[in-house]
Amino acid sequence: VATQLEPTASQTVGPFFQLGLEPLAVSDLTRGASGKPITIQGAIFDGNGAPVPDAVIETWQADGSGAYSSSAEPGSFRGFGRVATDDAGRFQFRTVMPGPVPDPRGATQAPHLIVAIFMRGLLRHLVTRIYFEHEADNARDRILNLVAETRRPTLIAARRPVAADVYTWNVRLQGRDETVFFDV
Amino acid sequence: MQPVVTDSSVSNPSHYPRPAAGTQPPYLYPEYVASILRAPTHAPIVVPHTTSELTGPRFTARDIAGSTGDLTVEGAGRALGERIVVSGRVLDEDGRPVRDTLIEIWQANAAGRYLHRSDQHNAPLDPCFRGRGHVLTDELGRYRFVTVKPGAYPWGNHSNAWRPAHIHFSIFGPAFAARLVTQMYFPGDPLLPFDPIYNSTADASARSRLVSAFDWATTLPNEVLGYRFDVVLRGSAATPMER
Repeated sequence: VATQLEPTASQTVGPFFQLGLEPLAVSDLTRGASGKPITIQGAIFDGNGAPVPDAVIETWQADGSGAYSSSAEPGSFRGFGRVATDDAGRFQFRTVMPGPVPDPRGATQAPHLIVAIFMRGLLRHLVTRIYFEHEADNARDRILNLVAETRRPTLIAARRPVAADVYTWNVRLQGRDETVFFDV
Repeated sequence: MQPVVTDSSVSNPSHYPRPAAGTQPPYLYPEYVASILRAPTHAPIVVPHTTSELTGPRFTARDIAGSTGDLTVEGAGRALGERIVVSGRVLDEDGRPVRDTLIEIWQANAAGRYLHRSDQHNAPLDPCFRGRGHVLTDELGRYRFVTVKPGAYPWGNHSNAWRPAHIHFSIFGPAFAARLVTQMYFPGDPLLPFDPIYNSTADASARSRLVSAFDWATTLPNEVLGYRFDVVLRGSAATPMER
């Protein structure tokens, strides 16, 4: 039996993460990807409702067929996104609509991205998910169903009526519409 | 149960146990003032791990083309400051090496100034030091950076607040559930007892593992002082019974 080690403690990414994380920023995930191209945009707000201009979000998702990439080939779909917020707390990235992916019980999960959020003030990153409005599988999704119905809308990106390929998903760190975060 | 065949010499986690109480910082830690308006008020919802958490991005040498891990030779001359080598291993909870995983670091220069538009500290920038680097771990989970010892710097958390010298580390590991961003500190730093970020982790032993060790084995005569910093990522192949 192997000796068990304790995982290293997390520490905040701090205010200067751009210096280290910008070289591997990815705001367009569509290269080599199967699936319908979409744009996901939004903003992050603190407990006063003020925009957070110094956050970075990382996303991980399946392609349009529901497959996670194990590839690091430059021309292939890699499934990883990393975008920082701007001075108004906004972020935006281009990707493909993920397909339904298997859940541990052999059913399928509704299309989603998993998201890690890092910022000054967060000693550990936050983990959440982006689901999509009008997806029939949402009603049966096992993770969504662990969330109280009243808070579920915080996880669902809204499709813009006039631009069917643009989804809006905002993050509220506190307050009445506080975004649901997960302990993974 | 199907028998699982693994190469016992490398990390091959089957699950990602939740960390023990006190070994990770909380979201809300009022002594760290920036957490007050940014920490969620609801407890995060515990969810089972699905394919989404058990997989994660892969990186290769192509992603870090040109990076040698030497941060001191990026300008027209050598960076100013005390030259150091920071090296160690990335391991999983079973103590097995996590190989081919991406490590990104960033830090202040020797005067305590970051090359970042938001850093208003009146210490000088060094035209020969950018303060960032990235490498992949090797087959034994080892990594190595050559850099300069970062300076302490003031910040606005409280009156006369100074961050202890530190290097930021970002590490991916084999799965989204293993993702880690942390900071490495230096032994004997007099500012450590007063730093709310360092002290946010309640468990003293977990906290002390964020402090690197001075290391004669990697100290090179006439060249560079060695500091060793090992990182443990979440992930284990041992069943809960074995633990």
